[in-house]
Amino acid sequence: MKTDVKILTAHLDDPAWHTLAGYERHGGYNALRKALKMTPDEIKAEVKAANLRGRGGAGFPAGIKWGFLPKETTKPIYLVINADEGEPGTFKDRLIMERNPHSLIEGCLIACWALRANTTYIYIRGELFSSIQRIERAIAEARAKGYIGKNVLGTGWTCEIHAHPGAGAYICGEETALIESLEGKAGQPRNKPPFPAIQGLFDCPTIVNNVETIAYVPWIIENGGQTFASFGTERNGGLKIYGLSGHVKRPGLWELPMGTTFSYLVNELGGGMRGAKPMKGLIPGGSSCPPLLPNELDTPMDFDAVKKVGTMLGTGCATVFEEGVCTVRLGARIAKFYEHESCGQCTPCREGTGWLHRNIEKLERGERLEGGIQLLDSICGRILGNTICALGDAAAMPIQGFLKKFGDEWQRHIDLGRCPL
Amino acid sequence: MTLAFSQSARQRFDEIVARYPNRQAALLPVLHLAQQEFDHISPEVMQFVAEQLGVPPVKVQHVATFYTMYNKKPVGRFHVQVCTNIACHLTGGPEIFAHLKKKLGVANKGTTADDLFTLEEVECLAACGYSPAIQITDKKDRETPIFFRENLDSLPKVDALIDELRAKAKGGA
Ligand SMILES: Cc1cc2nc3c(=O)[nH]c(=O)nc-3n(C[C@H](O)[C@H](O)[C@H](O)COP(=O)(O)O)c2cc1C
Ligand code: SF4
Ligand code: FES
Repeated sequence: MKTDVKILTAHLDDPAWHTLAGYERHGGYNALRKALKMTPDEIKAEVKAANLRGRGGAGFPAGIKWGFLPKETTKPIYLVINADEGEPGTFKDRLIMERNPHSLIEGCLIACWALRANTTYIYIRGELFSSIQRIERAIAEARAKGYIGKNVLGTGWTCEIHAHPGAGAYICGEETALIESLEGKAGQPRNKPPFPAIQGLFDCPTIVNNVETIAYVPWIIENGGQTFASFGTERNGGLKIYGLSGHVKRPGLWELPMGTTFSYLVNELGGGMRGAKPMKGLIPGGSSCPPLLPNELDTPMDFDAVKKVGTMLGTGCATVFEEGVCTVRLGARIAKFYEHESCGQCTPCREGTGWLHRNIEKLERGERLEGGIQLLDSICGRILGNTICALGDAAAMPIQGFLKKFGDEWQRHIDLGRCPL
Repeated sequence: MTLAFSQSARQRFDEIVARYPNRQAALLPVLHLAQQEFDHISPEVMQFVAEQLGVPPVKVQHVATFYTMYNKKPVGRFHVQVCTNIACHLTGGPEIFAHLKKKLGVANKGTTADDLFTLEEVECLAACGYSPAIQITDKKDRETPIFFRENLDSLPKVDALIDELRAKAKGGA
C-alpha cells in the first residue's frame, strides 16, 4: 500500500503537460497504441482487475458497470463523461481537465474501444470556463494528430469525442439528469430502471463515468490492472485524488493510495489547523456526506471504511472546520443549497428540502421550533429513499449527521433562544 | 426585429449541430452561442433558436429558464460571482458577498447603474482549495473569460480588484 507512484499528478511540474506535445513527451498515447492491439474483453479484464471504483461519489466498480451493457445490440453505444463537478467542497476534476486533459481524452478512446462505442460526450459544468477551453483544445489537438476521428491511428476505427457545456444546474451531475440535459432538455432525473447501460442517451446503451475514473484507464492499460490495484486497499484499487479545504494551514489536492487516513491528509499534508483553534469536525467528501469528529480521523479513506463509520467517502475532497464554527449555520447553508438545486419532480425532495432550510434557519435565529430537533430528524427520515434520484438523500443525510454529532449544540439554540457561540 | 448569426457564429452553429444525431441535442451549446451573439436570451432570441433548431419555442423557453447561466435580461460587462458554499462559507465568502453588495450598491443578481458589474452569490465553483472563491467573467474578453484570483482573503484586496476592473473599463479596454 505504500508507494511513491503518481499517475494523474505525475508531471504537474511541467507547465506544458496539458498540451499534446507535453503529454507525449511523458509517454502519452502509448497506452492507446497498446489498447488498440488488445481485444475489448482483454481491456475490460484489466479494468476489473484494477478494482477501479467510480470517482464520481458512489464508488461503483467501473469494470462491473461496463459489464452491464447488452451483449448484442444494433444501436450505437455511447460513453458519457460526467465533468459536471458541482458537489460543494469538490475541486479535483477541474485539476485533471485543466492540467492533464489528455489523460482524460486517451482514457475516453481506450474505454470506447473496450465498450465498442464510437462517440464520447464530455459534459462539462458550464461555469468551468477554463476547463471547457482546455478540453476543447485537447480534443482539437488529438484530432489533428489522428487519435480522434474517422480512422484512429490508421486502424480504420472511428471514434469521436465532443465537449458539451452545461448551463448551471447542479442536478445535471446526476447521471440520468445529465443524459436529459445532453438531449437538450431540462435536467430532470429519470426513473431507474431502465439503467443507462440499457437505455441511456438517445435511448441507446450508455456508460456514464466520472472524469477521474476514466483518466486512470490509460495507466491501467499500460501497467496492468493488478499493479494499480496493489496500491490501494482490498476492494479499492489504486490511487485517488484527495482534496482538502476549509480551516487548514495548506489546502490543496494530493494523489494518494486509496486507504490513506484522513489524519495523514489533514495533519501531514495539510499542515494541521490554520490557527490556534482545534478542529471541530470534517466533512469527508462533499456537502452530502455526514461529518466526522476529530477522534474519527484514523479512518482510511476508501469507500468501504468510510461507510463503516456512518458516512461516505463521496468525492474524496474533505472540508475541515474549527472550533467556534456554528454547525447550525453551516447546516442551514447546506440545506439552502439542496433546496435551490432540487429539480422539483418529487414532493418529498421539493417540499422537504425547503422545509429543512426554513426551519434550520429558524433554529439559527433562535426562534421556537415546533416539534424540536426530533422533528428535523424525522423529516430527513421521510425524504430518505423516497425520491426518484439521490439528491433527496444527499440533502437529508448531512442534516441527520449534524444532528447526530452536534445535536447538543442544535438543542442549545432552542434552549437559549439564540446561538450559544 | 429579425435576428441573424454573424458569419463566424453561423460556422460555429453548424459545427455544434453536426455533433449530435438530432438537432434538439444541440440546444444547450446553441443557447450559449446565442447569448454570446445577442447579449442575453430574450423571447426573440428563444424564438430564433427554436427556428434554427426546428424545436418548438415552448421547449426552448422551458430549457432557457431551467438553467441559471442563460440571462433573461441584460447583465453587466463584468459578472462577479462570489461563492458562499461550505469551504467559502468557512473562509469569508459571505462577508465578501455582503461587502460587495454595499460597495456596488446592488442586491443579489443586481447590476450597477453604469452597467459594468452584475453581482451574484453562487454555489461551489470547484475552487474550494483557494477559498474564498470569486470568479469574474468579462463580456469583452471571451478568450480569457475568467480571471480567477486565488486567496482573495481580505476585503481591501477585493476592493482593489473591483477598482482595477473599473479603471480598465474607463480606459477603454
Ligand atoms: C445530485 C447528484 C449529483 C451528482 N453530481 C455528480 C458530479 O458532479 N460528477 C460526477 O461524476 N458524478 C456525480 N453524481 C454521480 C453520478 O450520478 C454517477 O454516479 C457518476 O457520474 C458515475 O460515474 P463513476 O461511476 O465513474 O463514479 C451525482 C449524483 C447525484 C445524485
Ligand atoms: S429527488 Fe429531488 S432532484 Fe431528484 S428527481 Fe426528485 S425532486 Fe428532482
Ligand atoms: S465551496 Fe466555494 S469554491 Fe467550493
